[in-house]
Amino acid sequence: MQWDIVIGLEIHVQLATKTKIFSGSSTAFGAEPNTQASAVDLAMPGTLPVPNEQAFRYAVMFGLAVNAEIGRRSVFDRKNYFYPDLPKGYQTTQLDHPIVGPGFVDIDLADGSTKRVRIHHAHLEEDAGKSLHEDFHGMTGIDLNRAGTPLIEVVTEPDMNSAEEAVAFAKKLHGLVSSLGICDGDMSQGSLRFDVNISLKPKGSDELGTRTETKNLNSFRFMEQAIAHEVERQMDILEDGGRIIQETRLYNGERDESRSMRSKEEANDYRYFPCPDLLPVVIDDEFIQSARDLLPELPDERKARFKEQYGLNDYDARLLSDDASMAAFFEETASHGKDAKLAANWVLGELSARLNAEDKTVAQAPITGTQLGQLVARIADNTVSSSGAKKVFEALWNGDGDNADAVIEAQGLKQVSDTGALEAMVDEVLAGMPDQVAQYQGEEDPKKRKKMLGGFMGPLMKASKGQGNPKLFNEILARKLGG
Amino acid sequence: MHNKSVAELSRDLESGKISSVELTREFLDRVKAEDQQYNSFITVTEDQAMADAKAADEQRAAGNATAWTGVPFAHKDLFCTKGVATTAGSKMLADFVPPYDATVTANFRDAGAVSLGKTNMDEFAMGSSNETSFFGAVTNPWGLSSGDKRVPGGSSGGSAAAIAARLVPAATATDTGGSIRLPAAFCGITGLKPTYGRVSRYGIIAFASSLDQGGTMARTAEDNALMLNVMAGFDPKDSTSVDRAVPDYTATLNEPLKGLRVGLPKEYFSDQLSPAMEQQVRNAVKEYEKLGATVKEVSLPHAKLAIAAYYVIAPAEASANLSRFDGVRYGYRCENPQDLHDLYTRTRGEGFGDEVKRRILVGTYALSAGYFDAYYLKAQKVRRLIQQDFINAFKEVDVLMSPVSPSPAFVQGANTSDPVTMYLEDIFTIAVNLAGVPAMSVPAGFVDGLPVGLQIIGNYFDEARLLNAAHQFQQVTDWHQKLPQ
Amino acid sequence: MSISREDIEKVAVLARIRVDEAQISALESDLGNILNLVDELSAADTADIEPLSHPLDAVQRLRADEVTESNQREAFQAIAPATEDGLYLVPRVIE
Repeated sequence: MQWDIVIGLEIHVQLATKTKIFSGSSTAFGAEPNTQASAVDLAMPGTLPVPNEQAFRYAVMFGLAVNAEIGRRSVFDRKNYFYPDLPKGYQTTQLDHPIVGPGFVDIDLADGSTKRVRIHHAHLEEDAGKSLHEDFHGMTGIDLNRAGTPLIEVVTEPDMNSAEEAVAFAKKLHGLVSSLGICDGDMSQGSLRFDVNISLKPKGSDELGTRTETKNLNSFRFMEQAIAHEVERQMDILEDGGRIIQETRLYNGERDESRSMRSKEEANDYRYFPCPDLLPVVIDDEFIQSARDLLPELPDERKARFKEQYGLNDYDARLLSDDASMAAFFEETASHGKDAKLAANWVLGELSARLNAEDKTVAQAPITGTQLGQLVARIADNTVSSSGAKKVFEALWNGDGDNADAVIEAQGLKQVSDTGALEAMVDEVLAGMPDQVAQYQGEEDPKKRKKMLGGFMGPLMKASKGQGNPKLFNEILARKLGG
Repeated sequence: MHNKSVAELSRDLESGKISSVELTREFLDRVKAEDQQYNSFITVTEDQAMADAKAADEQRAAGNATAWTGVPFAHKDLFCTKGVATTAGSKMLADFVPPYDATVTANFRDAGAVSLGKTNMDEFAMGSSNETSFFGAVTNPWGLSSGDKRVPGGSSGGSAAAIAARLVPAATATDTGGSIRLPAAFCGITGLKPTYGRVSRYGIIAFASSLDQGGTMARTAEDNALMLNVMAGFDPKDSTSVDRAVPDYTATLNEPLKGLRVGLPKEYFSDQLSPAMEQQVRNAVKEYEKLGATVKEVSLPHAKLAIAAYYVIAPAEASANLSRFDGVRYGYRCENPQDLHDLYTRTRGEGFGDEVKRRILVGTYALSAGYFDAYYLKAQKVRRLIQQDFINAFKEVDVLMSPVSPSPAFVQGANTSDPVTMYLEDIFTIAVNLAGVPAMSVPAGFVDGLPVGLQIIGNYFDEARLLNAAHQFQQVTDWHQKLPQ
Repeated sequence: MSISREDIEKVAVLARIRVDEAQISALESDLGNILNLVDELSAADTADIEPLSHPLDAVQRLRADEVTESNQREAFQAIAPATEDGLYLVPRVIE
């Protein structure tokens, strides 16, 4: 049987506020356990919450960026359950009146098409603390530094139909919240966490199947794997005539396996009700305008500008615009590099490959956009050949030299572009290879001729100790040998 | 000295007639000598009180005194006091010493008042008789001569009994459904529940957040005004506190009452009210007429639904508010928990008393899947109807007057077999909390030697008018001066 | 309205309160009486009435995003039942 895959995402985005959503405790990462847990965060008796304005501003900025309605009157609710990382015994969240209403995000797919993914809503809520399961005499340790960190939970409609689409959406959202500056985007620290709802239905059917939720995926790779894994699991069950159980599953990326978390879900009844310690939050036009004024250029706008300003094609423009730090790196490179398309090729080519190979983000790159731009400028003005440039890049990456010019100088990579000197070398080499010259001149097929022309390049590069400008060599050769 | 009001003691301190050290010593000695029979205190902070008294005397000598500098008082044990045990009357918090002050606590500290300790109360303020306290029932100083021990009313029974017994001249209290007014009435003292949001709730251990309000208890209306001057005001730490100017509540105490429009809600003079009680209340209303007030009957048509709405809303909020007592970060923790579930269920099963557990279970039930609309949502709608009743009534009159309770203080144990019988003690007080308006209980006579309270209900933020009305009544009556035998 | 033993057991689990057999019997009657009392609500005509969560028709004030709290771990953990290395200890949590 053929199946349609139906995927919806829930994304927890930690907001980059200085303080928690309901207390003046710092949210800085990496502090000693429980040193950033105030009386309010610890749910000491009699303490009360007071909401952080910046959390609302960030949420509204997000709403504007995903073309959403802003909740003019949002209400906090209590979601009741017991867990040691949840000090109050309830999570303060927004159920029926979220700060961000329906919106959408357009994602670009590999085949060049665009797909619209609808946002159901996004609400503000508090994060829980952390349980540390190392052995404390068979006990679990609780660190409440994270408790009360503001989150927006973004809930999509089930509009995605493949792992590719889900990952494209996730990456787009990651780029969006990073560009907005409302989230540090550091997935390894849990700043963005993805829950994936997956169901299958017979191809073309209107009726949705039973879904499962796979929780807390914190990398795009795991997300892709987890979806593939879950789709396969469900397909096996369905094709054996079985039924999918609605449940939460935990995916283990290292082992590529998943298991049910049913034990935790059992008998859940969250008993939501409006939090009586908090009043409705009213967002007026002025507040929305102040959030709008803070909006930076968004990825879609940036993509359009890159195409216009730098003459990039759609594909390159998208790859460079989705992520704010990648975009900034590219623009810095382009501004020093004289040739924007060449700059784009280097950022998407050599730089990206190297980042991938070393599992680094662009922010962690040991080379700056200025350094790469200076190198690109030297390629553009023929000072260095592209093979020489790779050596320069390598040196800059490894910190052997401050800038392209210094490395070119130190390693003697400057290419010879003096036409007179190059002509002399060509004459000398051609004189030493009369048979090949005759063969070339007797050949009619331009393709073969072109290939044969390459045969002269080796000796020429050797004669020039690798510093001859290959482009000029080609021109001279063609002229001398009679086009 | 111990029969004097806060206002009188403040004047004596100012004139140098007595020092705070002497005064504090006298009250502490009274607590030591007499409180065994009332059990009105859970904690007495003798050393701290004497140190504070000494500091207060120095403060006054330096010329930096407020009306409260050096005046002894006490806190209901629901107000967090930094460094002093705060139990909420529960085993759960029997050893809890908060490292922070409630805003109200800090306000009294800043004013130089001398706290003698923490008064007994129903566990987590859930009760109408002060019989649910983990630290034992409180005995009403009134009616002891009959040989029966009577309840002081609850939940602020310790504060009320201590004032009636002249162990302190004033004490803080809280009122969620009548917890200031009922004990004030039963103990023959004066108490005020302010408008919701007038006094910060920060650091007051929560029972039902949308109903809880800190308030005042003393013998006279004037002393209540002095207390409210210290307690009222906006607090940035409480999202539900109101940013609104605080008047000097003593400034308008002597305004004449001529033209005051008094409404008598007919639903509060029903057949649940004992005829003897009704007579006392009507006599009090006659005094107001003599003072120039006009009186008319009004209606609060949804008043009869107040108890039902309250016993959904208050337990629902409480069920979540009390989830934080889980044995993890503070408070009671069961011995040798086998696993997490065992830690939770035994800590809470052993740490909470029966009435608290009943309310948590009722609240959990009312919020659970399938019942939310029928109970919680319905109760919230009825709450609006009840609020609308008050808004309508205050279009016609300035204040409402009624009895505080259907009958006077009852004998300990009389109402403990069925929780609902106990709940009905609050039949005349609960609607006020649902609406959030202010109300007082003022001593207005006796039935069978037991005090009767007159309830005066005001419009939102009209505390000054209530205090004025109560003060003028106390200029022409002496019910508030009577001493228990 | 009455409440069944099963319902009591269910809410006791939700509320994490241990109740033994004897308590369940008492709760059946006590909670049943309380629910009878609150069932008076069903008689009220609340058509078109908005629920009231708060007595005052006020809106939430928002706080500036400034750090106002300092580390008080020592004071807070001095009153904790069990801590180690700055962490609160609980029986092993199984995910």
